[in-house]
Amino acid sequence: MTKPGTAAPAASPAQGTNAPGTGASDRPVFELLDVEKRFTVSRPAGFLKREKRSLAALDGVRLTVRRGASIALVGESGSGKSTLLRVLLGLAEPSDGKALYLGQPVKEVRAKSRDFARSVAMIYQDARASLDPRMTVSALIAEPLLHFGLCGREAVGERVAALLTRVGLPAEIAGRYPAALSGGQVRRVAIARALAAEPTVLIADEAVSGLDVSTQAQLLNLLRGLKREMGLTLLFITHDLGVASYLCEEIAIMYLGRIVETGPTDAVLSAPAHPYSLALRRAAPEFFAPITDPLEGEIPSPLDLPPGCRFATRCPFVEDDCRSAEPILAPVARGRTVACRHPLNAEDSPVSPQMPAPAVTHAVGSRPGEGAEVSA
Amino acid sequence: MTAPDAHQAAAGDALPLLAVEGLTLERGPSRILDGVSLTLGRGETLALVGESGAGKSTIAFALMGLIGKGEAKIAGRMRFDEVEDLVSLNERGWGRLRGRRIAMVFQDAGAALDPCYTVGGQLVSVLRRQLGLSRAKARERALELLEGVGINDAEARLSAYPHELSGGMQQRVMVAIALACNPELLLADEPTSALDVTIQAQIIRLILTEIRARGASCVFVLHDLALASQSCDKIVVLYAGQVMEAGPSRGILEHPRHPYTRLLKSCVLEIGTETLDPPEGGVPSYGDMPAGCRFATRCPNALPRCFAERPVLAAEGERLIACFNPEPRQ
Repeated sequence: MTKPGTAAPAASPAQGTNAPGTGASDRPVFELLDVEKRFTVSRPAGFLKREKRSLAALDGVRLTVRRGASIALVGESGSGKSTLLRVLLGLAEPSDGKALYLGQPVKEVRAKSRDFARSVAMIYQDARASLDPRMTVSALIAEPLLHFGLCGREAVGERVAALLTRVGLPAEIAGRYPAALSGGQVRRVAIARALAAEPTVLIADEAVSGLDVSTQAQLLNLLRGLKREMGLTLLFITHDLGVASYLCEEIAIMYLGRIVETGPTDAVLSAPAHPYSLALRRAAPEFFAPITDPLEGEIPSPLDLPPGCRFATRCPFVEDDCRSAEPILAPVARGRTVACRHPLNAEDSPVSPQMPAPAVTHAVGSRPGEGAEVSA
Repeated sequence: MTAPDAHQAAAGDALPLLAVEGLTLERGPSRILDGVSLTLGRGETLALVGESGAGKSTIAFALMGLIGKGEAKIAGRMRFDEVEDLVSLNERGWGRLRGRRIAMVFQDAGAALDPCYTVGGQLVSVLRRQLGLSRAKARERALELLEGVGINDAEARLSAYPHELSGGMQQRVMVAIALACNPELLLADEPTSALDVTIQAQIIRLILTEIRARGASCVFVLHDLALASQSCDKIVVLYAGQVMEAGPSRGILEHPRHPYTRLLKSCVLEIGTETLDPPEGGVPSYGDMPAGCRFATRCPNALPRCFAERPVLAAEGERLIACFNPEPRQ
């Protein structure tokens, strides 16, 4: 999959700092090569004693983000999504493996010039906290414009107005402070601010969570439109499979610091190969479907990882060999990879639950017995 | 249909357990609830749905007697079983109901549990105060309750402080405390909004199983229509403190008649949703509300009279609907 040879010629510093458009277009925007991120934690070990333990927040993560791709990163709390993001953005250095931006280590690219900060924009999870409460909306949006010298001071007002229109905010909002805005408006300001620097990559951390459905739908339509018009590469962190399927062509599902399944969103969600993907798929609320038997228990502590496959403790399909060695991410179908010793095949797809549950999902209607039926 | 609980079998099967009529709540100049009516039978589950500011949680707090008299002006009627009017009930009267016959699972379990007391301490204090159990009996019962809500190693968890538990575990403890006195009515205010989806499914199933086993009724406050359709018999769609449409959840969500219900449903993302067609703008502030139907400013079906005149919540088959220009009947 990863050919070290292709990255080598571009590593000359002369080219690397320049515009990401030329010559580098075939190179993935981001590449994570067996990234591992360990944190050392100290915890009590008897009376007045503490022991130092190593906690792997990310373990053997491989991810390729190609130009123009839209990837949803999905997983529950504690799966390592945010750590992966910090590594991608160069805010944390991998303990092992490589994080590359256009073929060069993220850390170096960041240190060398502002290009990285300009090309890679970020929408933070807590949009309100990401905006300085003492700055007006227009000052917030103007800041990146001035910082990167994208226009003269006289043109700033016009650019800010154009950006506000683009994200669907009325012009009179420019003079307000974040505190005077609704939750949806704050997110739009955060998006406008991210777009101000004319980025090529947009990374969003739960950008639409915790909003009313109508506001969420408005924002999703906005992001979809922006992606199309500006040709943005999109990396979207979400816990909502509906959001992932609406916005992203590809999906990567994480569990306990590992990517367990990747592939085209439609294919993965209509017939998950990893039992965890299937569990997530079936836990998502669906009109009139009975609430299915959810996954048992909770995500284990990363300090006490189970032997073998990390999902083995909760997996309904677990077999003995799952507990002996950790499965690696391997191809299962075209464009799809899965880290499972006994991947589910299309016949076990979610519309015909093979899990030990009497559940029926909408596609099979009221025929729970016909397990092998596939909708697609 | 559902067997009523033993301790109140006599109380008239014809009357619903809960009947709210014209509930209105004002905070200063803002009318937070505007003539809300709903009924709930024994053993029924009802979902209050709508966007933020719809008044869903306010209704739940009012049903729990948690609206301070000085804070808000409250009018209308709320009958609960033989208690004729919860609105005018004094604190002593509430003392006999709250926690004992009406209990609540709060949205954020981490904030609702007292950080300074162990899980066991909080359960034991409820059991002793409400049911007058001895310390030893209460502890025994607390253990049973924790095991009942699916907490492993319950014995050890009794001496854990809330912060030592995960979000899902905290919510299970909340459910155990709410169920401690076998309430007839459980109020669940967004019980899973802070939890992961797999844990959400666990908690909703737990609540449904427990209330069914007790023949109790439940009012859920939810913002997820799909989840409401999966968990509740009845649904009340609220917008800015007014009831838009109410009735059996299946009928209403399959064929919404009120334009707001239809739009709300069209915003729900399911896997494979191709397009979303949300209403423009947001809920207006209380100062800008039209005198008539509060949804009129965003309603695609609005007529001139909708802005001036308030449509009455009228029965139509099994459902109630407040609209001058509803969607065509299916």
